[in-house]
Amino acid sequence: MASLEDLYRLRRRPAVEKTIDAGFKLTSALLAIVVALVLLFILYVVFTGALDSMGRYGWRFLVTSNWNPVKDEYGAFTAIYGTLITSLLSLLIAVPLGVGTAIFITENIIPRPIRSLIGLMVELLAAIPSVVLGLWAIFVMEPFIRPGLEFLHAVLGWLPFFSTPPQGPGIAPAVLILVVMILPIITAISRDALNQVPIKLRQAAYGVGTTRWGAILNVILPAAISGIVGGVMLALGRAMGETLAVTLIIGNSNTFSWSLLAPGNTISAMLANQFGEADGSQVSSLMYAAFVLMLLTLAVNILAQWLVKRLSLKY
Amino acid sequence: MTYPTSSTSINGMPDLSYRYGSRRNLISRFLSILAALFSVIAVLPLVAVLAYVLIKGGSMISPRLFTELPPAPGLSGGGIGNAILGSILVTVIAALIAIPVGVGGGIYVAEYSRGGTFAQFIRFGTNVLSGVPSIIAGVFVYATIVATRLFFGNSYSALAGGVALSVLMLPTVIKTTDEGLKLVPNDLRRAALGVGASQFVTIVRITLPSAFMPIATGVVLSIARAAGETAPLIFTALNNNFWPQDLFSNFWTKNNPILNPISTLSVLIYNFAQLPYEPQIELAWAASFVLLMFILVINLLARWLGRFATNSI
Repeated sequence: MASLEDLYRLRRRPAVEKTIDAGFKLTSALLAIVVALVLLFILYVVFTGALDSMGRYGWRFLVTSNWNPVKDEYGAFTAIYGTLITSLLSLLIAVPLGVGTAIFITENIIPRPIRSLIGLMVELLAAIPSVVLGLWAIFVMEPFIRPGLEFLHAVLGWLPFFSTPPQGPGIAPAVLILVVMILPIITAISRDALNQVPIKLRQAAYGVGTTRWGAILNVILPAAISGIVGGVMLALGRAMGETLAVTLIIGNSNTFSWSLLAPGNTISAMLANQFGEADGSQVSSLMYAAFVLMLLTLAVNILAQWLVKRLSLKY
Repeated sequence: MTYPTSSTSINGMPDLSYRYGSRRNLISRFLSILAALFSVIAVLPLVAVLAYVLIKGGSMISPRLFTELPPAPGLSGGGIGNAILGSILVTVIAALIAIPVGVGGGIYVAEYSRGGTFAQFIRFGTNVLSGVPSIIAGVFVYATIVATRLFFGNSYSALAGGVALSVLMLPTVIKTTDEGLKLVPNDLRRAALGVGASQFVTIVRITLPSAFMPIATGVVLSIARAAGETAPLIFTALNNNFWPQDLFSNFWTKNNPILNPISTLSVLIYNFAQLPYEPQIELAWAASFVLLMFILVINLLARWLGRFATNSI
């Protein structure tokens, strides 16, 4: 925009106008800086809050799983494991569903009105507050899927992942509610990415005689992959930080178990549960856990932005 | 059924007609059906959640829901009036902070520093900030405002909750302002500068009004998002079982309701969902109904605004 401003500067301007312009520019620049400051300040506050606990427990905090406020012993491995396993598993389920839906509503498989209806419904799904989904998960979804989980335990109980009988809240229902939460993000972003693939690419593919899915798999998906991967990473970040729906359904147990059917914990669920009533070294330990969560989501988000830049094909 | 298997026909030219039974067409059809199935699975939760909230919560709707306080645990009756009022109050506080800061920052990024390093940096920061988990915003505000008793020595307060929500709204508002202003054609700016308007006047009188609809759409959506947030409110706004008292007569005192803990719909749902009492769980469903209706109406409003946005420029 330099040219426009240069043109403007050539004009003789009264002093008042210069002052107003400069003042407005400065004000808006300061407001823009607020974003960066807030981000840095969040990092600073969480980091300094965690320092005490970092000094006391060090790396052991990340790999031990005893959480005992009475004895002042803290190890967040249960929560870290819960955060990673719930977000990765939910991603594993949500990616095929989300990308499949996105393909279904962008390629000419069904008439336009139905397509836009599905699109609208998925967008509304994104708008449902997490706490409402959590309420639904406790009282509707979990009783509904429990027979399925019991069956899993009966058949695959010899695997450590299914070694405990389902007892209501647990990691598996939390994974499913996370799928519901991140599906709309993946679908919406994949849909936008697919819509941006130039029509000529499709026409060329059909012109050389491919089938619809030949075109989708070999031409359209590779062209849209940067956007889709970006959306998936964004969804991963969201899944890691998602709090309320997970808190209500995961069981909030601090005892570690490999089993997906047992109650577990995530960092954000732990914060939601304990932060209000914590004091002393527990606050510091929770801050440490918050700092770990912050670093995880920051890494995922920055990686997402980098991947989008790196993978984007230019047409 | 039989289908031609050879691919040659008339005049030795390959047969270009669609063969129903060929492997690649079967695969293609199978994948289409799979994608349809995935879409159905994706939409199913929405239908289920909506149906449950509408049936369970909708049947509770009555005037007393909006005018009465929640009952003591285990007792039935009562309403969620204070939570509705509290949700509105906290969301308004968040919007009052996030909209000026976000729109101002967006103006700088889009109008003054379009492709500059600073704009790139702010855009990057905005994206990173929008990825910060909402509960971290709560922890941040707890440590800076609640624990330090920054406002009049009060700890948990509606104001702290509003600040936490504004942290979550800020990136969305900046991003929508930035995108909205980018849509305004440069000719408009040149024309305004050409007839002698100052840069300030150009932005305030020409560019911003042209981008009003897209910006308004984004802002309205971010307000809906903030209204449904719970995590940052649990330990900033906390909860309160009573009505907010006299906002205006207590404005400059410690007793001002925005400086004290306040009840919000989302925290009420969270708290009541964990109680073992049936009446409280019913109230949680009713609160979900009110919250969901509010958010759906706002979303439809934003869509309606968005339609004007694409037509006006």
